[in-house]
Amino acid sequence: MAILPLKEAVTTILVAAVLIYTLPLMISTYTLSILLIYAMLGLSLGLIWGFGGILCFGQAAFFGLGAYSYAIAAINIGESTLPMVIAVLVPALFAAVMGVFMFYGRLADVYLGVITLVVTLILFKFINSTAGPSYVIGKARLGGYNGIPGFQTLNVPGQPDSYIWGDPFYYVCAVALVIVFLFVTALLRSSFGRIAVGIRENEQRMSLMGYDVRARKTVLFAIGAGIAGLAGALFANWAEIVTPGLYSLGQSAEIIIWCIVGGLGTRVGPMLGAAGLAYLKFMLGQQSMIDNTLITGLILVLFVLFLPKGIVPAVADLWKLSVRRRPRRKRPNRRIRAERVDG
Amino acid sequence: MVETVLETVGLTMRFGGVVASDNVNFKLKARELRCLIGPNGAGKSTFFKCVTGLLTPTSGQVFMRGEEVTGWSPHQVASLGVGIKMQVPSVLDGLSVQENIWLAARRFLSAPEARQKAAEVIERLALGPIARADLGRLAHGERQRVELGTVVAADPWLILLDEPAAGLSGEDVELMAELVREMTRTSAVVIVEHDMQFIRSIANTVTVFHQGAVLMEDHVDNVMSDPTVRNVYLGKNA
Repeated sequence: MAILPLKEAVTTILVAAVLIYTLPLMISTYTLSILLIYAMLGLSLGLIWGFGGILCFGQAAFFGLGAYSYAIAAINIGESTLPMVIAVLVPALFAAVMGVFMFYGRLADVYLGVITLVVTLILFKFINSTAGPSYVIGKARLGGYNGIPGFQTLNVPGQPDSYIWGDPFYYVCAVALVIVFLFVTALLRSSFGRIAVGIRENEQRMSLMGYDVRARKTVLFAIGAGIAGLAGALFANWAEIVTPGLYSLGQSAEIIIWCIVGGLGTRVGPMLGAAGLAYLKFMLGQQSMIDNTLITGLILVLFVLFLPKGIVPAVADLWKLSVRRRPRRKRPNRRIRAERVDG
Repeated sequence: MVETVLETVGLTMRFGGVVASDNVNFKLKARELRCLIGPNGAGKSTFFKCVTGLLTPTSGQVFMRGEEVTGWSPHQVASLGVGIKMQVPSVLDGLSVQENIWLAARRFLSAPEARQKAAEVIERLALGPIARADLGRLAHGERQRVELGTVVAADPWLILLDEPAAGLSGEDVELMAELVREMTRTSAVVIVEHDMQFIRSIANTVTVFHQGAVLMEDHVDNVMSDPTVRNVYLGKNA
């Protein structure tokens, strides 16, 4: 049995290809690139929260770490291939260490949220205070609140002089997102993914079945951080500067809102939520009548009140309902359901 | 000689000044069925939790098939091939019956083998009609049965059940008794139970707990007719 059914992989790629070619007709590729990057970031939290049950208030920390790791490595190396890899590994490793402390310390969900939140704050404060010339990693100055500008941006592997920017950069982001999406799909189909979902449902039962819940949560947490790190590295290439603002609480909160609005427990939901809300923010940023955050807050409140499962699950339910309406042969399930009501 | 699969030596658990489990020496042979009874607060559940690794005993040791497992985590104990069912039904609510049992089987088998195993267990426990239903929508008795399914799917050689008949209807209790009898064909079973009817229908040897310690250990008929046990249960002074 293949890890990923061919049919599903082909469908995903076809749908993605159509979107990749049609979207630039409506939105500029520069804007689209950042939407895709945010979609990847949303997917990273969607994976660990929606499927692993790990509510992380600090996904921005891994995003920022990825961006900073890329910038620092790019300055030191002068070529972008290895820095991209480093930008995935550093946040993943950082998350693994955090995970060992949190999950092996048997922290309850609330404390997990608090710790991830505080770690983000610490990183923000720390990076902000590194303006002095003494804060140097190799050739790269950390730059404090000024951030790090002027690093080597994405280039064709092995050719530091042929930069990838503009439209090609958009395609790189799109392909990266498709690959990550397929990876997440395959992961969730694998035993590891199904066990992770089991852990989300009931940790105690899973440990009584003999699964090491702590180790598995740590690994999943690290995978999510790695994806966020990749998004961070792409962001660094898009913005061509990294600043401490990446670690801000606002950024972290936004990722959570993306997931809630898009729909937890789905893969597409957090991506749609991220891209949609980021685009809305971008549009709202072009006017000065209403404050941006006010709208985001309002959307969150409305969703929590009226559509708590998020857009994608709601649409899926609606679709199922309309399919069920159609007269069909008697469904064998009906009988069972009736029996259950009796019992 | 039949192998001893579970043994505790001087197992003691203190919560502050309260001795919940007091110097318990317990021995269970392969394929033996044993019921633990006793009034509320007698220390049955504490004993159960110490054995399964949910609690670490203050002193004393736990051995399973000769290996010392004192202070192990539940997942390590379970990995040895020990099936555990807690008092409160503990199932994966958002997932289907099939997925619940598949996950239990997957721990010890490859993915395709686990699928086959899950089908077998579903067949054996007559869960076929509800195999695709989510656990959260099932009735209490069905949930208990699915949880037992997750326990037997791992082919354990030792099964520990905490009040499997609690809250079940008469019909479900009979079904449960039948399942337990079937389990004893391949594994040793320890059952913590209150339901005397249920115990009579399945057990031979019964261990009575009182105030954290073992009061007596004998055939179920002798235990039931014993005046001390009766007094303990009715709350009179012996």
